[in-house]
Amino acid sequence: MTETSRAGDPAPVAKAAGIASPRAGRPRFARLWDRYGILGVLVLMIVLMAVLAPNFLSFANVFNVARAASINAILAAGMTLVILTRGIDLSVGSNLAVCGIVSVLLWTSGMPAILCIAGGIAVGAAFGLLSGALIAYLALPAFIVTLGGLTYLRGTAYLLTDGQPLVADDLGFRLMGSGFIAGVPVPVVLMLAVFAVLWFVLRYTRFGTEVYAIGGNPEAARLAGIKVKWTLVRVYVIAGACAGLAGVIFSARVMSGQPTAGETYELDAIAAVVLGGTSLMGGIGTVQRTLIGAMIMGVLSNGLLLMNVPYFYQLIIKGAVIVLAVAIDSLKNWKRA
Amino acid sequence: MSTTPLLRMTGVSKAFPGVQALTDVGFELRSGEVHALMGENGAGKSTLIKMLAGVHTPDSGTIELDERPVSITTPQRAVDLGIAVIHQELNLAPNLTVAQNLALGREPRTRFGLLDRSRIRREAAAKLERVGGGIDPDAVLSTLSVGMQQVVEIARAVAQNARVLVLDEPTAALSETEAQRLFSLVEEMRGRGMGLLYISHRMEEVYRLADTITVLRDGHWVGTSPRAELGPEEIVARMVGRTLTDLYARRRQEPGEPVLEAEGIGDGAGIGPVDLTLRAGEVVGLGGLIGAGRTELAQLLFGAARARRGRLRVGGRPVFHRSPLDATRNGVAYVPESRKEQALFPDMSIRDNVVTTGLGLGQVSDLGVLRSGRIARRVASQVDALRVRCSSVLQRVVELSGGNQQKVVLGRWLAVSPRVLLLDEPTRGVDVGAKQEIYRIVDRLAAEGVAVLVISSDLPELLGISDRVLVMRNGTVAAELSRAEATEETVMLHATGVAAGSG
Repeated sequence: MTETSRAGDPAPVAKAAGIASPRAGRPRFARLWDRYGILGVLVLMIVLMAVLAPNFLSFANVFNVARAASINAILAAGMTLVILTRGIDLSVGSNLAVCGIVSVLLWTSGMPAILCIAGGIAVGAAFGLLSGALIAYLALPAFIVTLGGLTYLRGTAYLLTDGQPLVADDLGFRLMGSGFIAGVPVPVVLMLAVFAVLWFVLRYTRFGTEVYAIGGNPEAARLAGIKVKWTLVRVYVIAGACAGLAGVIFSARVMSGQPTAGETYELDAIAAVVLGGTSLMGGIGTVQRTLIGAMIMGVLSNGLLLMNVPYFYQLIIKGAVIVLAVAIDSLKNWKRA
Repeated sequence: MSTTPLLRMTGVSKAFPGVQALTDVGFELRSGEVHALMGENGAGKSTLIKMLAGVHTPDSGTIELDERPVSITTPQRAVDLGIAVIHQELNLAPNLTVAQNLALGREPRTRFGLLDRSRIRREAAAKLERVGGGIDPDAVLSTLSVGMQQVVEIARAVAQNARVLVLDEPTAALSETEAQRLFSLVEEMRGRGMGLLYISHRMEEVYRLADTITVLRDGHWVGTSPRAELGPEEIVARMVGRTLTDLYARRRQEPGEPVLEAEGIGDGAGIGPVDLTLRAGEVVGLGGLIGAGRTELAQLLFGAARARRGRLRVGGRPVFHRSPLDATRNGVAYVPESRKEQALFPDMSIRDNVVTTGLGLGQVSDLGVLRSGRIARRVASQVDALRVRCSSVLQRVVELSGGNQQKVVLGRWLAVSPRVLLLDEPTRGVDVGAKQEIYRIVDRLAAEGVAVLVISSDLPELLGISDRVLVMRNGTVAAELSRAEATEETVMLHATGVAAGSG
């Protein structure tokens, strides 16, 4: 180690780092796998389905897959931010139901479509705010707070509809579910928009950096003068708003407010995030990889459906694929250790 | 000390992808010997230890025990061979009792296959007795101090009939008293004929304990000498490959205006009331024993803990620091004690680690959107000024050596141009070369008019860089010592409360 070495001079690095960078020196394949492994799994799965399932690769079906996966993907996008901060939001499925119902109620009470949409999203964000405030300012465990949310929001959904589906045949914002923009289904466009925005937010904004910092080391974030609590609240508001948007899309798809909508969706959303390689320990992950995770789940569901695999087997296969994909993904950490 | 070596390494090399960690290293450890292994961070000490622990296997070269070649392929194999490694991070279960920890993996059973609790406790007591006793076998491990936990781990090693005991920076987290206890334990183990390999950055300890000193540099063996034949300057020169002159070079100057003034500040519990003035351009040392409240005081000044008593002025203006963000806005910065737990964002790049402060992120963004040009300039200027050795600012910070990590943390705070810099153990776990660089940085900042408070448990360091020294005891400042008054003795006298009339 010489006195004259400076930044940008790579030679002394290896010495300075000692046992040194597990990453810098790893074989190219390992690095490629790190970055694109999960994308490979998606491609593999598409190829497999294209061979096994008739019509899988037809133009119409590609959009079917994306549209069917869009609701889960939007929930997973918000969930990614939550998990990046070492949290979890189990309430998004129930929140989706409440928001969907609220948007239909607003319509039946005579509101213009745009306000129904905004209202649904706002209600989702408000419940996110509640969870986030409890988690951040009262330091309650996210798991417990949102587990409570899962239950009381489901109750709220039943209460708002008296337990019955709230049908609205003339729903003004039905295009949110069934419309097309330039040949692309509206839910898919919305999904891509959500991912684009959150990608930008995580990568290029102050808030995004704070999210990673808090997930990576909350104590260091606090001592660096980051408003940890306020950032956490905003994260849950975003997850809630995503649930709200997903709820509006759901209602638009089925032209009604369904009190049972979104049951267990929170688990699918978490699965998509984890498939995308986001660490449950926080600090590591991106939304674009979550999108891939959500697509893997979508492709799998659609393909199994096209192959007429009975529903019970579908569940078994889906569960196994989740575990398997994560196991493959963790191989890289295994070698590193 | 016997003449035939207990453990011998010959021509050991080990490469990791992209880096040659050890090249042709050899040394001998005899029974009844304390052998210090020294070298800067990255010199290859940990790689060498991990080979003994069965974590890594050598690419070439041999390891012999009792002159018989052995291959230590797994950690279990190391234990079976009688090699015990006490790592910095202890390898015990914090939620179990001492007795349970000592029995871990080989729990005695009753006839019915149930755990034999009374025997576990009995055996634990016996094992603890062999390392000096005084530890309750029924205590839950996490309720013990780090030093006591370490003793438990050593007791386990002894109970497993370890003959080679490797201690990796064992005093890093210990208080003075705990360290003393460890030293006598080390001497006792030596007396029983164990071979001890002792890794430490602290010269005093090495001189107190070691019979033989081996120095590694950049993965190479530099030399092995009996302690008596090797002066501290010579060791340092071997470690860094050059002679370090004037480790604590300081350009002294008349301090300027008071920048930070605390009056009766305290947390309403154990800390305070403390009066404290930091002037522009001076370096004030804050000494005291671990637990005296030094970190707590710094955190009060920084708003990381809430001050419930007293007044604080920065630049003559009354301020109240509700949060670290408030403090940074007022020009007060704090580099915490534990890099890994309190400062670094391990998954982030050097660049992101430098810009991520509440204040800094605001300065490099417009309406919340980060401006990459501003970030690049800011990071480059810090990385250059502090001479962080890295391949690129996008390199992950965990890949750097301790010294370079510390420079990144310093850069994070220097980037927001503080008027007051609170440094908590700024050179802990940092090698000598980087230590000197950090002292130079402190000196430069003082010369630029920054008021610096340095908390340090390393007395030579505390005395070397400070213009005056405050000594804390029981949450208050027990003494203020001028540069002339401050010696290791006076600081310790006031820190322990022996000095008459102090506090």
